[in-house]
Amino acid sequence: MQQIINFIIRYKNLLLYILLMIISLAFTIQSHSYHQSRFFNSSSWVAGNIYGFSHSFNTYFDLDDENERLLKENERLRNKLFNTTTSPSVEVDSSLRYTVISGQVIKNSYADPRNYITINRGENDSISQDMGVITDLGILGIVENTSNKFATVQSILNTKSNINAKIKNTNHFGSLIWDTKTYNTVQLIDIPRLVPLNIGDTIVTGAMSSIFPENIPIGTIKKFDLDISKSFYKIDVNLFNDMTNIKNVYIIKNLDRKEILDLEEATSNE
Amino acid sequence: MNRGIPINIIRFILLVLVQVLVFNRLNFFGFINPMVYIMFLYWYPIKEKRAVFIGLSFLLGLSVDFLSDTMAIHAAATTTIAYLRPAIMRFVFGINYEFQSFKLSNTTKAQQFTFLALLILVHHSVYFSMEIFSIANLLLIVKKVLSNGLASLILCLLFSTLFSVKKE
Repeated sequence: MQQIINFIIRYKNLLLYILLMIISLAFTIQSHSYHQSRFFNSSSWVAGNIYGFSHSFNTYFDLDDENERLLKENERLRNKLFNTTTSPSVEVDSSLRYTVISGQVIKNSYADPRNYITINRGENDSISQDMGVITDLGILGIVENTSNKFATVQSILNTKSNINAKIKNTNHFGSLIWDTKTYNTVQLIDIPRLVPLNIGDTIVTGAMSSIFPENIPIGTIKKFDLDISKSFYKIDVNLFNDMTNIKNVYIIKNLDRKEILDLEEATSNE
Repeated sequence: MNRGIPINIIRFILLVLVQVLVFNRLNFFGFINPMVYIMFLYWYPIKEKRAVFIGLSFLLGLSVDFLSDTMAIHAAATTTIAYLRPAIMRFVFGINYEFQSFKLSNTTKAQQFTFLALLILVHHSVYFSMEIFSIANLLLIVKKVLSNGLASLILCLLFSTLFSVKKE
């Protein structure tokens, strides 16, 4: 007994180091396999407020640019509105599938292998996990953690990200992943070899996802190659979004999501 | 060391804030983010209790992690250099760092430089190995360690000259 205590006293620094190392490794490895730990993310109250505070200063520096962008978007939407012939009955459609909530990015990152974006909307604004986040140009990511006033978004520039996408005007779909190399390119895999592809084709979100609506723009084809199995394409996609410069975002809530998930679960349990 | 405690607390908070609000957003060439909070370990008094030092370093790393969504990678890297700091100091300054009269400001510029460079090298090696987490990407790890390490070293040297403890 005496010897054990002596041993502990003698190597207490080493033991402390090993203990702390195991704690940090556990946190890291656990979040490699599943959603981030509830406590270690910037949607928390303290972190959210620090970033919110710095955001309130930073917003003043690019008000002009942001106004310009919003004006452009309004112009495009108005063009669409005036050129579609809608009957009044469509406008009071009760079968609403999506609601959109606007928000602002208060912390962005794009240089790590696993990037997260923090936005200034949270549970108080009825944001919950697994809602899609887009900008006026294209998709941005999926909500991962929420607090009362803030939420973290798993960016598409994240090795854990896996989003259903397809080639515009076809029904060939694949998965959108990121190889961590550059922040303006993501990869689309599992597109069969028989699909005719051209450089410059547009990639949009697919209909298989219960998170994003169909046909939200993602990017254009930069180059494509066959993968190792020689039966699927691996496509480099140039993003429409400039991931380094994002301010205003829209969070999409799919009102049918719960019903879809319940149905899928019931089917797979049979 | 009564005077040392408030100074270290202020240093702790300021370095974390500077790191997450300024240097984590630098993204020089798209991926270079210098880590200046290592200066806390460089400046921390030598004769304090080692266990407290390791615990504080863990907290420092965890605070940075907490604010930059990196799980606990910063914490692991910072704890490692906190634990290895006495060994590094013995290597750089020789046996005489254990004497009562030893002061960081009394050592030569070359010694200070080597000390800082070794701290950064070990820290970044642990950090990027854990961040990328695969041996297959060894080349990427080396590239990131070297490029980020160089940037951190330059900025830390600037910090150490700018806020140097007054010469006696």
